[in-house]
Amino acid sequence: MNLKKITSFVAVALLATVASTAQANTVKWSMKGDSLTLDPHEQNEGPTTMVSRQIYEALVSRGLDMSIEPQLATEWTIENPTTWVFTLRKGVTFHDGSPLTASDVVFSFNRAKSKTSDFKEYIDSVTSVEAVGADKVKLVTEGPNPILLNQISNIFVMSEAWSKANDSALPGDFNADEKTFASSNANGTGPFKITLREQDTKTVFEKNDGWWGTVAHNLDRIELYPIANSATRVASLLSGEIDIVTDAPVQDLKRIDSSAGHTVNSVEQMRTIFLGMDQGSAELRSSNIKGKNPLADKRVRQAFYQAIDIEAIKKKVMRGLSSPAGIITFPGVTGYTKDLDARLAYDPDASKKLLADAGYGDGFDITLNCPNDRYVNDEAICTAVVGMLGKVGINVNLFAQTKSTHFQDLKNGLSDFYMLGWGVPTLDSHYVFSFLYDSKGSWNKVGFDNARVDELIQTMVVEVDPAKRNAAIAEAWAIVSDDISYLPLHHQVISWASKSNVDVPIRPNNEPLFRFATVN
Amino acid sequence: MQSVGVMLCVALLSFSLFNFVGDPINNMVGEETSTEERAELRETLGLNDPIHIQFGRFVVNAAQFNFGKSYQLRRPVSELIAERMPATLELVIASSILALGFGVFLGVYTGINRTGVLSNIILFVSLAGVSLPTFVIGILFIYIFAVILGVLPSFGRGEVVQIGFWSTGLLTASGLKALILPSLTLSLFQMTYIIRLVRAEIMEILQTDYIKFARARGISNRSIYFGHALRNSLIPVVTIAGINIGTLVAFSIITETVFQWPGMGFLFIQAVKFVDIPIMSAYLVFIALVFVAINFIVDILYFLIDPRLRTKSENRDG
Repeated sequence: MNLKKITSFVAVALLATVASTAQANTVKWSMKGDSLTLDPHEQNEGPTTMVSRQIYEALVSRGLDMSIEPQLATEWTIENPTTWVFTLRKGVTFHDGSPLTASDVVFSFNRAKSKTSDFKEYIDSVTSVEAVGADKVKLVTEGPNPILLNQISNIFVMSEAWSKANDSALPGDFNADEKTFASSNANGTGPFKITLREQDTKTVFEKNDGWWGTVAHNLDRIELYPIANSATRVASLLSGEIDIVTDAPVQDLKRIDSSAGHTVNSVEQMRTIFLGMDQGSAELRSSNIKGKNPLADKRVRQAFYQAIDIEAIKKKVMRGLSSPAGIITFPGVTGYTKDLDARLAYDPDASKKLLADAGYGDGFDITLNCPNDRYVNDEAICTAVVGMLGKVGINVNLFAQTKSTHFQDLKNGLSDFYMLGWGVPTLDSHYVFSFLYDSKGSWNKVGFDNARVDELIQTMVVEVDPAKRNAAIAEAWAIVSDDISYLPLHHQVISWASKSNVDVPIRPNNEPLFRFATVN
Repeated sequence: MQSVGVMLCVALLSFSLFNFVGDPINNMVGEETSTEERAELRETLGLNDPIHIQFGRFVVNAAQFNFGKSYQLRRPVSELIAERMPATLELVIASSILALGFGVFLGVYTGINRTGVLSNIILFVSLAGVSLPTFVIGILFIYIFAVILGVLPSFGRGEVVQIGFWSTGLLTASGLKALILPSLTLSLFQMTYIIRLVRAEIMEILQTDYIKFARARGISNRSIYFGHALRNSLIPVVTIAGINIGTLVAFSIITETVFQWPGMGFLFIQAVKFVDIPIMSAYLVFIALVFVAINFIVDILYFLIDPRLRTKSENRDG
């Protein structure tokens, strides 16, 4: 080879490298927090599941439109009300090349049911999991479970051989001396695989060429850079270092949208913000009214409700990014209707009259407990509520604190009047009722106790006939809405900001699916 | 002896603080977890034991550098601290060098040229350095250098190289570039301190008799300023700078959060949000250790800089 040939060869090789790097589509993704662990059963937490969702898959999963779709299972039959048989997809391999088998699925369910798993509550009702042949899995539930598919869409499947070979047969334990291998390494069946993991700094996902599905994305690589500080996160988006931010702060949206080359997408999030009013206690802890509980009187609760100018909160506090709510659930959840979601009118005069009728014409004192770092503009919303209730004569003392102490007070039953937000991961009203309205519900901190509602909740658990079940849900919503057991405020709206050439479809559960993302 | 007492006090203080930060259990388990399971978890973590037993266990374990396992990350805390320490120390060392280097130089300059235009500008800017909160300066720097000029990265540590257990950003171009803004932000406050301190000392010393005699003997200005004046002004500077290195480590919490710098301060802030008690206590104890160690080193440095201290102690011995 003479010199000229060598030079031209080098030049071609160089050009090829340049061309290939130019073609490699990389999306640099940022959000406030990092995934806590790559172990898909260790932490049931937003960003953690968002990361797991790109690399691990479940038997069924929610698609772009949030409907249940087959994933690792291609079909399923209900043999009897408590026995489900899932047929596994053929030709699925893990990132390490080993094929997916029924025993991997059985292993994963048992792992997710183990004591140290954070997903065990999701599949509480599953009493046994067994492989039927090489490609079928049988799930037996305690009783009929109409929401099983919703629940198992969060149970990711791991490789049995890989987990056992790497001392990760169980999710990490608080007392074990070492972390498990699976918390910082991953071996899923998903469209992307992890090639670099530095906690809180950088995580690199690369396209899985062996993925079973039809590739709808055109990405080669995703790089996740968590940035805790909102201002810095926005700055790195504007400076071009980051391509997409999946939790853009409300106050910066206008600025990002007006910057050339950036777009903002918003969608109603699956979370409703509301106020709890303790109606069950004999006496309020923070009130000057002694010997009785003013909130036990429905008229007082309605007076609180009608004193809230939710449109003003939407406009001034939420900068237009909220959607006023009439019930604590949102579109897309079984049992939601537009009629139920309508609010009582804002009417301070009616509110004053109701208070007078109830015998509190001079108002009373009460403390509002509020988190200041949990929901979008939580403390500002509470401040607005204090002013609005003040106008009808209720002297509200605001007590805002960090979420961990706020929720502790709430759990210990120390709050008379508090803010809480509720999401519905199962997309079924039962989730809301069992926690917030069941007389024994673990988050029923207002002392709501209605025998008929308890009965209806039981019906929701066992009724498999959709028509009867929906009727039960509708009746329950009608009862609790009429009772004004809680004071609904609004559904949160989430916003993603990205470079205009990066298209990651926004989803109401705030979880990106990069397998649908494109870069132009 | 004194140091051990200080460490125990800090341990006790940080330990008692944790009774007010909220219940970690709520963050650790799902909403659906039953009361029994919560109680069981409390028991395994030893949160049910009386306070003095918990404290005793904490001190004994801490003495062996065993701080338990993070509630949130489920990894040994000592491992997490070791992993994050290089980032914080590199940031702090870079900041100290900037603060000392620029601080002393600009201090001497403004001390000599008391009324110059440049001196006034330096003093004015340095005043802004102390008055503006660190996160405002950080965001301002990011806005100017990353968003408008696009020359420096706005977050992170760039590419790091692993040398044994130490991950360093000092060996790559992107690592060095990433270090500029955070270290400058962190150093500004200390730099201002040092400028003003050195300036005041220099101005005072230039009035003393021995400088006048030195001038009368025709010694060059350079030698007077840097050989005599500066050297004599160094004792308070070393004291302040020493203590300040400790505060830099502590203050780096804010800078690390603004720049997403993966150091210990950042780890601590995340831990506070989650009520991750093992990380919080380990961090506080570590910071106390840094302060104690630095005070010790500063005491030794006095002897090296000021010959009088050496003579005195020798006299006392004799």
